[in-house]
Amino acid sequence: MSEISLKVEFGGGLELLFSNQKSHQLSLPTRVASDDSTSPFGKEQETKALDITYLIHWLRDHRLKERVELFMENDTVRPGILVLVNDTDWELEGEGQYEIKDGDEIVFISTLHGG
Amino acid sequence: MPRLCALCSAQRPILKRPKTGQQICKTCFFHVFETEVHNTITEAKLFQPGDRVAIGASGGKDSTVLAHVMKMLNDRYNYGLELFLLSIDEGITGYRDDSLETVKQNQKEYDLPLKILSYNELYGWTMDSIVEAVGRKNNCTFCGVFRRQALDRGAAMLGVDHIVTGHNADDVAETVLMNIMRGDIARLGRCTAICTQGEDTIKRSKPFKYTYEKEIVMYAYFKRLTYFSTECIYSPDAYRGHARSFLKLLEAARPSAIIDIIHSGEACEVGEEATKELKERKICKRCGYIASNDLCKACTLLEGLERGMANAGITDRGRKQLEASGPTPDGLRTIPFFQMNTDTPLDSASSTPIPGQTVDARIPAVVHVTAG
Ligand SMILES: [Zn+2]
Ligand SMILES: [Zn+2]
Repeated sequence: MSEISLKVEFGGGLELLFSNQKSHQLSLPTRVASDDSTSPFGKEQETKALDITYLIHWLRDHRLKERVELFMENDTVRPGILVLVNDTDWELEGEGQYEIKDGDEIVFISTLHGG
Repeated sequence: MPRLCALCSAQRPILKRPKTGQQICKTCFFHVFETEVHNTITEAKLFQPGDRVAIGASGGKDSTVLAHVMKMLNDRYNYGLELFLLSIDEGITGYRDDSLETVKQNQKEYDLPLKILSYNELYGWTMDSIVEAVGRKNNCTFCGVFRRQALDRGAAMLGVDHIVTGHNADDVAETVLMNIMRGDIARLGRCTAICTQGEDTIKRSKPFKYTYEKEIVMYAYFKRLTYFSTECIYSPDAYRGHARSFLKLLEAARPSAIIDIIHSGEACEVGEEATKELKERKICKRCGYIASNDLCKACTLLEGLERGMANAGITDRGRKQLEASGPTPDGLRTIPFFQMNTDTPLDSASSTPIPGQTVDARIPAVVHVTAG
């Protein structure tokens, strides 16, 4: 199965939930489960193209180390977390439905820390 | 056909503005961000040429961006301001000591004089030692009261009469919500004011009053400004946290919610009756700072700490218990007397002890005086 390689960055304190590691180089399958389940699945599973919503679930299941409520809420990132796709506000790119392409860089920044 | 910036129709948009929904490019974003802050400053007539202004710098995103923008606007529009960075060191190991490193970096980048005033210097207590003494229940009360007074005193030491802080539109909206939820109507009308001034305290202004947090963080990101972003290890103010989450949910559903809440606060005409309490201001008998009782909040809190009765400054009952337990003992540690002294600024980098009083060698600015 073919894979897509992408870079994920955390900022604004969000990295503290991810082993204090800011930058993560990932390789994820081009087709993923439509229900965003990140465990291995069989042939009968409905699939979709890899999108940011799936990436968020995957990060929660495989990289997040603590306090999931500070990262996710209602199947997306918690309000107050900004997401950029290749240095563009994800609100201009379809948010969670943006289909990730090979070499993409996705940045998550918390606005909720400190002043 | 790629989308184009709503303002210049030339470049690719990189950001959706929460305030307007416009999709704009990086160049236009920098321009509108800076220009809106400039307009806020000029419309409110915040400054006069020659003003000495301290930027309250915590090393966090808001004050880091504020320092950057204040410096830039002062140069670009010839405000004629003398700018300083003022930081308060609460004495929180692993939190404030790290963020102060960020402030020191800002000092070098922006070439602004920096004054750091610590709780330990001023009160003889660090937040670490306060938490050790009072636990984690009311520590935010101590920190809030101590920080407010420390900022004023730091400003007086720098000879400035105006502090600008990084409070943004989200912060102001959150405070409006909190005042409503607490029924604090007197503060409701006041908390949206862009500039506040007590009778002889130092002016405080919020140039980012109408600036969305999202844009501040985006600005820092695109300008590659480095800031410190760790939650205070003692912070959990649960109530404020709920207000914040609620506000962010509202913003997600309708981004104008933040500015709408600020406008609601501004529109609240606060009646005479409600503001009466706030107007009755005295001078603290012990330290000369603004007070609503004989002693200011900080002196009451400090006396409670010193006498092992930490609740004295928190509840009325605690204050009565303290008063009932006898007069203030001799040799109690107190805060140095506060003098607004803008004509003769102290140019020394550290706080200066008051002549003629004994000074504890270990804690430079804390004096022992005989009560009476
Ligand atoms: Zn443009
Ligand atoms: Zn006092």
